[in-house]
Amino acid sequence: MSVAVIFLTLVAAVIVWWLARQRLASRPWLEVGHVYDRRSGTPPPAAKIGLGVFLGVVGALFSLAISAYFMRMASSDWGTLPLPGLLWVNTGILAVGSIALHRAKMEAERRNEEATRTALLAALAAGLAFLVGQLFAWRELTAAGYFLAGNPANSFFYLLTGMHGLHIVGGLVALGRLTVRAWSMPLDRRVRLSVELCATYWHFMLFVWLVLFALFSGWASDVVDFCRQLLT
Amino acid sequence: MVDVRSGIGEALPPPEVEDVELYHPHSWWTRYVFSQDAKIIAIQYATTAIAIGMVALVLSWLMRLQLGFPGTFDFIDADAYYQFITMHGMIMVIYLLTALFLGGFGNYLIPLMVGARDMVFPYANMLSYWIYLLAVLVLVASFFAPGGPTGAGWTLYPPQAVLSGTPGGKDWGIILMLSSLIIFIIGFTMGGLNYVVTVLQGRARGMTLMRLPLTVWGIFTATVMALLAFPALFVACVMMLFDRLLGTSFFMPAIVEMGEQLQHGGGSPILFQHLFWFFGHPEVYIVALPAFGIVSDLISTHARKNIFGYRMMVWAIVIIGGLSFIVWAHHMYVSGMNPYFGFFFATTTLIIAVPTAIKVYNWVLTLWRGNIHLTLPMLFALGFIVTFVNGGLTGLFLGNVVVDVPLSDTMFVVAHFHMVMGVAPIMVIFGAIYHWYPKITGRMLNEALGQIHFWVTFIGAYLIFFPMHYVGLVGVPRRYYELGEMAFVQESVHTLNAFISVMALIVGAAQIVFLFNLVWSLRRGREAGGNPWRATTLEWQTPETPPPHGNWGKDLPVVYRWAYDYSVPGAPEDFIPQNQPTPSRVGHEAVS
Repeated sequence: MSVAVIFLTLVAAVIVWWLARQRLASRPWLEVGHVYDRRSGTPPPAAKIGLGVFLGVVGALFSLAISAYFMRMASSDWGTLPLPGLLWVNTGILAVGSIALHRAKMEAERRNEEATRTALLAALAAGLAFLVGQLFAWRELTAAGYFLAGNPANSFFYLLTGMHGLHIVGGLVALGRLTVRAWSMPLDRRVRLSVELCATYWHFMLFVWLVLFALFSGWASDVVDFCRQLLT
Repeated sequence: MVDVRSGIGEALPPPEVEDVELYHPHSWWTRYVFSQDAKIIAIQYATTAIAIGMVALVLSWLMRLQLGFPGTFDFIDADAYYQFITMHGMIMVIYLLTALFLGGFGNYLIPLMVGARDMVFPYANMLSYWIYLLAVLVLVASFFAPGGPTGAGWTLYPPQAVLSGTPGGKDWGIILMLSSLIIFIIGFTMGGLNYVVTVLQGRARGMTLMRLPLTVWGIFTATVMALLAFPALFVACVMMLFDRLLGTSFFMPAIVEMGEQLQHGGGSPILFQHLFWFFGHPEVYIVALPAFGIVSDLISTHARKNIFGYRMMVWAIVIIGGLSFIVWAHHMYVSGMNPYFGFFFATTTLIIAVPTAIKVYNWVLTLWRGNIHLTLPMLFALGFIVTFVNGGLTGLFLGNVVVDVPLSDTMFVVAHFHMVMGVAPIMVIFGAIYHWYPKITGRMLNEALGQIHFWVTFIGAYLIFFPMHYVGLVGVPRRYYELGEMAFVQESVHTLNAFISVMALIVGAAQIVFLFNLVWSLRRGREAGGNPWRATTLEWQTPETPPPHGNWGKDLPVVYRWAYDYSVPGAPEDFIPQNQPTPSRVGHEAVS
């Protein structure tokens, strides 16, 4: 459970940092009157905070699954899974999607409608291509005889890539709706915000995928072993 | 960063958050059924939760009938008994307590108490309820599925949960149970995002975090915890579903079932326990923290006195929330883990007693020399304090490894957790319903019926669970369908068991009085007016009662003070609402 505990420690650090700015040591019973906020600028939109909290939940989900991965890995029946080379291509495609969305965000900020739309379409295509690529990777593995129930390593591979894929599907639904909106109306504040949120989500899912990829390829466990050696 | 000045006469600073555009329902369906109004959603959540809770209540009756009078009732065989246990526990903990505190009270109170028009994502909020309802329906469906519901115990430990020896293990029972939990968690996440972001971003002008009523602090912290803890249950359910349906071996070790070697091998049942309790222990506080918050407000309002140690109460809520994530393995002392882990988890478990005890002292000190009105909400709040202290003290016993190991599988544990997370939070739920019913419906609940309800429930709950401690200390095991001939079980245990069962029937029946009161008072109750308890918090200051869609009429409220200005010296009345800017506070020294 150490991965989950480390993740929660990070979340706790964010919460403590935020709480520390909330005057928790004030004496509300003595303070009557107006509140003046001396912080400059408007508060972030609710949707942005909402996405941040949601990504915290997704992070908890994956860190718990990864904890389970490490705990299950310790048993003797753990096999190895040859990673299809296609996964490297998929990683590249997902990164392209992330870059495209980043570009869409930049162009939207410059009110550059045409470029934003193109970038959104590119991201959408990259997302779909990633999913198709993952399916092909699954097929390649099953064709080679690595079935879901064959070995816990296989089971975790399908489970984790499946969970990640479902999150990408969810992201694609949001991205698809956004693309339709961006084509049919001018880039107002709400569309620009949506582009930004999609970009954040995509970067996060790319990060999760990189962690998972490191896990499957064994680098993650090398790192964990190294940390263990440092501790003992 | 944030400044509070007592310059009441100055011009109002400009709003930080602009007023929101509300969704305007056009038809009866979108107004009352597929409503996006948090208050309607709250009532939908509460009604569904209470309805499914009544099913769980009947299940507990059936269990007690078997334990009190073994062999008398033919339709309760061992399988049925285990199914009753499982469904009773799961429904009460998740589908009643969690859903009612967060989905019910959270939805109703958060927007009103922080001075918002609605939740920040009303559409997701609506979806949250309908997905919750779907989860409940899937759960209920398992009663009618071939083989019946699962009988694996509410902890659903593998491997037994998915084997043929357990009712529903090889049938639909366990599949529907796991699916229902997965659906519940998806729905809850949608609602939970709303509760958190509304508290963060939807507060009225002047409502700083330290001016929030403790109810909001409790629900807010519990929601954050639930958002981080439920994924553990989610992962565990998905993995067990894979084991059951697709033949994987996440949790399933090599096992021989009915003389036949199963496909599984190498899986780790302990892994499931870790995941389950990583959710399961925070869950205790997900239920308890809203109760802590609500009870603080009930006591302060009905004792006409400011809450003692507000800051300490807030800190305690946050600290309890944090600590509850590093105590989960105290549910696994008997799983054969490393003794050093046991030492660590026993220490963290006992440390939680410190902030919890601070809260109890503060409630008692709030009551000290207060102007205590023994209204129904106050009675239930007092009932909560007593039962919670009682259940908490036995928790100190069980938190120690050496005491827990012999007691772990006895009725003592059953008595302990029913006191601390069954009776205590339910007391708060009742108190809260008696307190806020006038705001929700505009009418008071009937006092006489409420008194009957309180005294029968409170005394009855003690008569049920107090003797149960003794039964457990004698060594009577829990989870047993019948005791049979056991040398160490005295005759007195059987007599006590019969007594407990009769009490359980009576206390259950008293809840019918409560339900009748809820329905009867809807039309016949005394008119309440806007603020019958003369309370300070914002929900009592709405221009109309019950508050309409949008809550506040034309202008959002502005907050000038904290939530506990009761009996302020020099003030014309014994309470000053949070949105009232009266400057007459000369000579006021608050206690803390």
